[in-house]
Amino acid sequence: MRAIVTVIGKDKSGIIAKVATVLADNSVNIEDISQTIVQGNFTMIMLCDLSGSSLALTDLSSVLKKLGEEIGVSIHVQHEDIFNAMHKI
Amino acid sequence: MISRKEIIETINMVEKEHFDVRTITMGISLLSCIRESAEVTAGLVYDRICRKAENIVKVAAELGELYGVPIINKRVSITPASIICAPFSGKETVVAKALDKAALTCGIDFLGGYSALVGKSMTGYEKSFIESIPEALSTTERLCSSVNVGSSKTGINMDAVRLLGEIILKTADLTKDKDGLGCAKFVAFCNAVEDNPFMAGAFHGVSEGETVINVGVSGPGVVHSALKNMAGASTEEIAEKIKKTAFKITRVGQLIAKEAAKRLDAEFGIVDLSLAPTPVMGDSVAHILEEMGLESVGAHGTTAALAMLNDAVKKGGVMASSMVGGLSGAFIPVSEDIGMIDAAKSGAITLSKLEAMTAVCSVGIDMVAIPGDTPASTISGMIADEAAIGMINNKTTAVRVIPVPGKTVGDSVEFGGLLGSAPIMAVSPYSCEKFINRGGRMPAPIHSNKN
Repeated sequence: MRAIVTVIGKDKSGIIAKVATVLADNSVNIEDISQTIVQGNFTMIMLCDLSGSSLALTDLSSVLKKLGEEIGVSIHVQHEDIFNAMHKI
Repeated sequence: MISRKEIIETINMVEKEHFDVRTITMGISLLSCIRESAEVTAGLVYDRICRKAENIVKVAAELGELYGVPIINKRVSITPASIICAPFSGKETVVAKALDKAALTCGIDFLGGYSALVGKSMTGYEKSFIESIPEALSTTERLCSSVNVGSSKTGINMDAVRLLGEIILKTADLTKDKDGLGCAKFVAFCNAVEDNPFMAGAFHGVSEGETVINVGVSGPGVVHSALKNMAGASTEEIAEKIKKTAFKITRVGQLIAKEAAKRLDAEFGIVDLSLAPTPVMGDSVAHILEEMGLESVGAHGTTAALAMLNDAVKKGGVMASSMVGGLSGAFIPVSEDIGMIDAAKSGAITLSKLEAMTAVCSVGIDMVAIPGDTPASTISGMIADEAAIGMINNKTTAVRVIPVPGKTVGDSVEFGGLLGSAPIMAVSPYSCEKFINRGGRMPAPIHSNKN
C-alpha cells in the first residue's frame, strides 16, 4: 500500500532527516520526494511504500504526528487513493 | 505521481475549508422484526440494529484516519417504523425507546426512520403512529422522525397535512424546556426519497436491501473558497468552477462509501450530492451565494444564484459517483448556516424568499424558528405550500419548523452544536384555517398521468 506523507511548517534544519529516519526505522520505503520553501514555509511531499513495513498506515500516522509536534511541523499520512480519487478521472 | 499542487489542494480543503464527509448512514431493513407484540418487536429491533451497526463508528474512524478526511456523523436509518408498529397500534413508543437505546449502544449520532408514508391516504395504524410522534420525540434523544404527505404521483394528503400542524405544535410543547427542540428532529416531506442519508428525514425505504451504506458529503467551504479568486468572472465560468469542485468532493464520498460498505458487510447504496452547511464560519451555503455577488442572501437574484449552484453541483457530482441519490441539492437550513442566520437576523431573508428558493433546490423550509403561538393551521399551510411545490415540480420538498414556546419575533433561540441558532421569523398573520380544515386529498397533478 502506498501513502502520501506531507510535512508542512516553519523551515528549520534537520526536518527531512528526522522524518526520513522514522520512515527508515519502520521499513517504509520512500519512492518519491519533493521539497520546497515558500515564504519561509517548508513543504515536503513524499510518496511512500508501506508494504514492507510492520506498521499500519494509521499507526505510522500517529508516530509521525507525534514527531511533528516535537519539531513543530504538521505531518499528514494519507492513503494515496484519496488523491487519485479526487484528481484523476 | 499526483502533482504537488493537487496534494496541497486536497490538504487545504480539509485543513482550511472544512471539507468533510458529513455522514455515513447505514440503512437497515427491519421488516423481519415485525411481531404481534410491541415488546417482542422492540427487542428484535434493538438486537438487529446493534448487530448490523455494531462497527459503524469504528469503521468511520478508521477510514477518516486512512484518507485524512474527517467523517463527522455516523447514523442509522430504518424501515419506516409505522410499518413495524402496525400490529400494535397505541404502543408505538415502546419501539421508539428501543430504537433510541440501540442508537446509544452503537454510539451513533442519530437514528432516522420513525416515519410514516401517507402520501395518498392514512390507515388507522398510521394515524395512531403519527399521533405517537410528539411523545416519541420528547422521550428520546437520538431518534428522528418524518412523514411523507404527498407525491407527484399521488397528490397531497390534506388530512395528514392538517394533522401534522397539530403534531408539530404538540412536539414543541412537550419539549418546551429545550425551546421546542423536538421539532428539529421532525420533517414533513413531499416526494420523500428512500435512500436519504441526512437527518432528520432519513429512512430506509421498503424497496431497499437488507443493509445499505449511503454517504453524504459536505463542502460549502470548498466551493466558496474556489469562487474567491473569481471576481469579474462570468456566470458560465463560475458554474464551470463549481462543477469541477463538486466532482472532487463527490469522488471522496464515493471512495469512502465503497470502502465503508465493504468493511461493514453492506451494500453500497448512493452518494448524496447535497452541499450541507454547518453554523461554523467558512461552511456556509449562503456565503457562496454572496460570493457570487449578492450583498446578502435574500436579495433579488438569490433564487437564480441558488438554482445555478444547485445545478452545477449536480452536474459535477453525477460524473463523480456511480450511484447518486438521496436529496442531492444544496441545503438551506436557517439555523445551521451562519450566513442564513445573519440574513434572517437583519431581515434580509424572509419566509417568502425561503419558499421561493425551495423551488430550485432541496429541501425546503428547513430549521426555521417561528413564534410559539403560531396556529396549527398556519404550520399546516406552510407544509401544504411546500408539498405543492414538490408535487408540481417533481422534486422533494420538506418542512422542518420549530414553533418556539413562549418566544416571538425579535427573540432568538440557541439549539447548540450542528443545529445552531436562529432568530424567530415572522409567519403570515393571515389565516388559512378554513382551507386546511377542508382536509381530504389534493388530486395528483396532470403530469402524473404518464402511462
